[in-house]
Amino acid sequence: MMSKQVRAVVISGNGTNCEREVANACRVAGAEVVDIVHVAELISGRARLDDYHFLNLAGGFLDGDDLGSAKAGANRLTHAAVKGSEETLSDQLQRFIADGKLVMGVCNGFQLMTKMGLLPAIGGDYQRQSATLTFNDGGRFEDRWCYLKVDQESPCVFTRGLDGVYLPVRHGEGKFVVENDELLQQIEEKHLSVVKYCDADYQAPVMEYPLNPNGSVAAIAGVCDESGRLFGLMPHPEAYIHRTHHPRWTREPELPEEGMGLWLYINAVKYIRENLL
Amino acid sequence: MAWRIVVGLKENVRDARGERVRREIREHLGIELQSVRTIDVYTVDAQLSEGEVAAAAAGPFSDPVIQDYTINQPLALDFDVLVEVGYRPGVTDNVGRTAREAIQYQTGRAFAPEEGVYTSVQYLLSGDISVEDAERIAKDFLGNGLIQRWDIVSRADFDGSKGVAVTVPKVTSTAKPEVRPISLEVSDEKLMEISRSGMLALTLEEMQAIQFYYRREDVIASRKAVGLDAMPTDVELEALAQTWSEHCKHKIFSARIEYEDDQGNQEVINSLFKSYIMQVTADVRKAKGKDDICLSVFKDNAGVIKFNDDWSLVFKVETHNSPSALDPYGGALTGIVGCNRDGFGTGMGARLMFNTDVFCFASPFYDKPLPPRLLHPRRIFEGVVEGVEHGGNKSGIPTVNGSLVFDERFAGKPLVYCGTGSIMPRILNGQPCHEKEAKVGDRIVMAGGRVGKDGIHGATFSSEELHEGSPVTAVQIGDPITQRRMFDFLIIARDRGLYNAITDNGAGGLSSSVGEMAEFTNGFEMHLDRAPLKYSGLQPWEILISEAQERMTMAVPPEKLEEFSTLADEMGVESTDLGQFTDSGYFHCLYEGETASYLPMEFIHDGVPQMVLPARWTPPSLQEPDFSQPLDMDATLRHMLGRLDICSKESVVRRYDHEVQGGTVVKPLVGVANDGPSDAAVVKPLFDSFEGVVVAHGICPSYSDIDTYHMMANAVDEGLRNYVAVGGNIEHVAGLDNFCWCDPVVSAKTPDGEYKAAQLVRANQALYDYCLAFGVPLISGKDSMKNDYMIGDTKISIPPTVLFSVIGKIEDLRKAVTMDAKAPGDLVYLLGETRDELGGSEYYALHNQVGANVPKVDAESAMQRYRTLNAAQGEGLIASCHDLSDGGLAVSLAETAFAGGFGISVDLHDVPVNAAMREDRLLYSESASRLLVTVKEENSEQFEKLFAGQIFACIGEVTADEYLKITGLQGEVLIRSTIDDLKEAWQSPLREM
Repeated sequence: MMSKQVRAVVISGNGTNCEREVANACRVAGAEVVDIVHVAELISGRARLDDYHFLNLAGGFLDGDDLGSAKAGANRLTHAAVKGSEETLSDQLQRFIADGKLVMGVCNGFQLMTKMGLLPAIGGDYQRQSATLTFNDGGRFEDRWCYLKVDQESPCVFTRGLDGVYLPVRHGEGKFVVENDELLQQIEEKHLSVVKYCDADYQAPVMEYPLNPNGSVAAIAGVCDESGRLFGLMPHPEAYIHRTHHPRWTREPELPEEGMGLWLYINAVKYIRENLL
Repeated sequence: MAWRIVVGLKENVRDARGERVRREIREHLGIELQSVRTIDVYTVDAQLSEGEVAAAAAGPFSDPVIQDYTINQPLALDFDVLVEVGYRPGVTDNVGRTAREAIQYQTGRAFAPEEGVYTSVQYLLSGDISVEDAERIAKDFLGNGLIQRWDIVSRADFDGSKGVAVTVPKVTSTAKPEVRPISLEVSDEKLMEISRSGMLALTLEEMQAIQFYYRREDVIASRKAVGLDAMPTDVELEALAQTWSEHCKHKIFSARIEYEDDQGNQEVINSLFKSYIMQVTADVRKAKGKDDICLSVFKDNAGVIKFNDDWSLVFKVETHNSPSALDPYGGALTGIVGCNRDGFGTGMGARLMFNTDVFCFASPFYDKPLPPRLLHPRRIFEGVVEGVEHGGNKSGIPTVNGSLVFDERFAGKPLVYCGTGSIMPRILNGQPCHEKEAKVGDRIVMAGGRVGKDGIHGATFSSEELHEGSPVTAVQIGDPITQRRMFDFLIIARDRGLYNAITDNGAGGLSSSVGEMAEFTNGFEMHLDRAPLKYSGLQPWEILISEAQERMTMAVPPEKLEEFSTLADEMGVESTDLGQFTDSGYFHCLYEGETASYLPMEFIHDGVPQMVLPARWTPPSLQEPDFSQPLDMDATLRHMLGRLDICSKESVVRRYDHEVQGGTVVKPLVGVANDGPSDAAVVKPLFDSFEGVVVAHGICPSYSDIDTYHMMANAVDEGLRNYVAVGGNIEHVAGLDNFCWCDPVVSAKTPDGEYKAAQLVRANQALYDYCLAFGVPLISGKDSMKNDYMIGDTKISIPPTVLFSVIGKIEDLRKAVTMDAKAPGDLVYLLGETRDELGGSEYYALHNQVGANVPKVDAESAMQRYRTLNAAQGEGLIASCHDLSDGGLAVSLAETAFAGGFGISVDLHDVPVNAAMREDRLLYSESASRLLVTVKEENSEQFEKLFAGQIFACIGEVTADEYLKITGLQGEVLIRSTIDDLKEAWQSPLREM
């Protein structure tokens, strides 16, 4: 039904902040259609997730994170009924996932996915929350660039071929916590902890501040589901698309034009071309 | 009934918020606690079933992984004293608003108007503390009595079954809304009594002008015609007081000033604003001719300049000082989101691109007794920083540039400058986007938040006039999310051409926004009773001048009204049709069909009598201090680096998202460890272009103690110096002036008014002289003229302070330069002449001296230097560039070295001077217009060729070792410190803030 175009959507509204740069990242990565769609458009029924392959949940402060990061936003998506239909937005979302499409949540988007139960969703249960993101151990919002070690055995389609990336975190509630040790063990065994805060040589995960900016368990910065098609992370890949985004670009002339964050979007577009078109 | 949903962390979960509170209670109050645990309380005052309440508690209100909850029961019992802090009635409760929406989503039912959710936080204090200690903790740290209330319960008195009693902070008001006539046919004393008791802040002269107006026969007749008697209504008096207020009319900057200088020369200045600020802009634009970059100056909420053929830049800087003194968090938050509305309310509206912030505080380590009602500087620091953090971060606007300036006198009134840069298309729907025009017949539409008593009479309201059940009107708390929704909606409405004009509701509320927009058509007709209210019981005049936040006013053509309203509803934004713009010539408000105000537009806008202000300049008698050069110059350098005005502000900078929107190319923190102090920010506003926006600022209040003329000159130069340091094009830059003064009007309270007025004149003269010399137009600005503290016989006046902000362009941001040394072997050049100018310097302050030799700016040589530097940057000859300001050469050298992670070795012999001077003076002089530059050796010849004939010298080189090595005038090693030691001295003072 869809032509041979990679179609990406970025949901905006109620406090999303990064929709424009995420959309730009998708475009630079080669997606032919990239739409920023306000959630009101989805609720009105004029726009439908079904028309896209790649859903981006961008960073921001949904409803001000007033009830805890993304909590009120998750509640809205779960209960908001789509006009002129029997379904809610979360029904559309579950169908989107079942259709084998891609979802990436960054920062507030990762918080949203986790609190809706979309991640890590062990056993494919995308409805039950089993992990969360809470206040940094430092108790403060922080903007800081971090080194991330990639688990190359992870099923994550976004990080294929990568071993380390350097990206900024910009959050106050980025500490990843799981409901119990068994879950953490499963996450690790299944290689769902895709990216971990690590040292500057991308060798070992680090628990100490500031390399680990928030005290996340097992230094986890991002996780995927078992299919590898749903991925969420606190650091901002869309914030490193070009070398001039790098905090030291004026002193590191050898930096490539392409930023490390762009690779994740290129992988997504590549996967869609190979599997969904 | 009201339900209490209590939410807390599970036993094994770390309470980072509680730990931070415990830490800060120790820092602020010196009270040591074993532990602090925090619990969130939602008081739900709505008709809901038990099941619905349980669903809310288990759903949006709690996180199953880390939190437990109870309903109408306490959650924890392991504490010694419990403090619960909630808002007073009428205070904006953003979390409560979100909680209400969350329940509505769940139940599918809207709350009734009188229903609501109110939030509070419980602090469970464990340790050896009394209820009295807890009272102090609540009053001096956890809460702010102005906007919050608290309950304190010791474990012994705590009811383990019910917990804390339910409090519903609902606004209760019995007063019936009505328009009241007020007779002005009274004695002068009575007139002033009316002004004072009504908080109109009108002078006798102004009250008399109003009194005279209402006596006119023609006025009486025209009022009869609309059913009004001769007496003014309270709505009219409030509208006049608002429009004629210093805040809105800038009476001091418009005053007729009779100035006499120290030579006895007399001069009459008819409006500082017209004579200097507008005049220099006009003269600069004329001189620039076709290269003029200005598009819209002084006539809108913000200034607009060209960026390129397709886009324009919008910039505005605001101050929010008095509110921040009363409620640092709410005042600062309101300051930044309010400044955002100025950008959005300019022309047809602009997309917000970056924020800037500059704060002036007393030392957070202030340890003397504080005069009554002043908050401790550390609380102000913490509250203001957090307010701007929430305002900027939640709005998705990067904070890219700022400063912290410290002076003990700012304990009397902190200065909170908030700036916002925006971008708009040059042409929108066939019209210049920076232009707007309301048309006769357009509907007056208000969108965004609702009207409450927020901010009525602003900060003149004092705390003891508050009482239980009365809404707080002294301060407002901004709501970034409501505002964000409104902007998301309005930018679409703008692009679809659904309105003809837009402006924000800030100071003066509807009275100001509608009153000013109505100047396009010369009149309006507004129905105050149609405005949506936060709670019932507002008087008509309160609706007119309420400063409730997150509201914009639009002029919507009748045929577009339906499309406008439908779009607003869909996007969850409330919009209301309040009436229409007319050409009646009248400021016409109605309430329930009855005329409430009927004032001629020209009287309300031009009727205020011009103030006459005497100003006499008598230079303070000052001498240069006499002390010998310190023996340990390494220690002296560390002390200088640790001074509050110089030391690292990283702990604050990191709390601000400085890269959201993906365009911050030169960030506030630069260098090998991402922690060096950037001189200015470079922002990439367009995804498909490498053209950059450069933003910087200058501020140097310490020079005001010597001569405000040179304070202003140095602020202008510092702003431009920072701007060119990163590569900003000196030919494509505009300035904004934000004056913060102490009261310059002679009175019993201000016997030295003539001197302060003269200081104001001199600052304006310098602003004119130097903006003309540098070819920099002023595009917008603001003045805040009453920054004094006066209680009993204690008076604190801030040092006269001007923030000079600059915005401009770099053609290719890939050529931007940062301040960190780049590589060993690079040559170190000093551009500009060093003179014996340490008056008002950080070095003299270190010795508790002011001195007399204030730095003087030579604009001609500076301009040539900045132009040449631009050329060198364009050719890629500059490895690093850092300006010299507070702490002069020594501080600039140290920062360049440790930011780059390399040593630097220089010889003071080679520093260009106008006359021989002592080594410590060479190192710490603050002579203006100087820059420290490093250049790769292979580029040095070309670099020196460009600067041939100018004052500059190679003074040393970047080294591979870890030492800053400075050779003295006798060839001796004057300073030899590791960059790690210097960096530690620079980073430690505010690291834990």
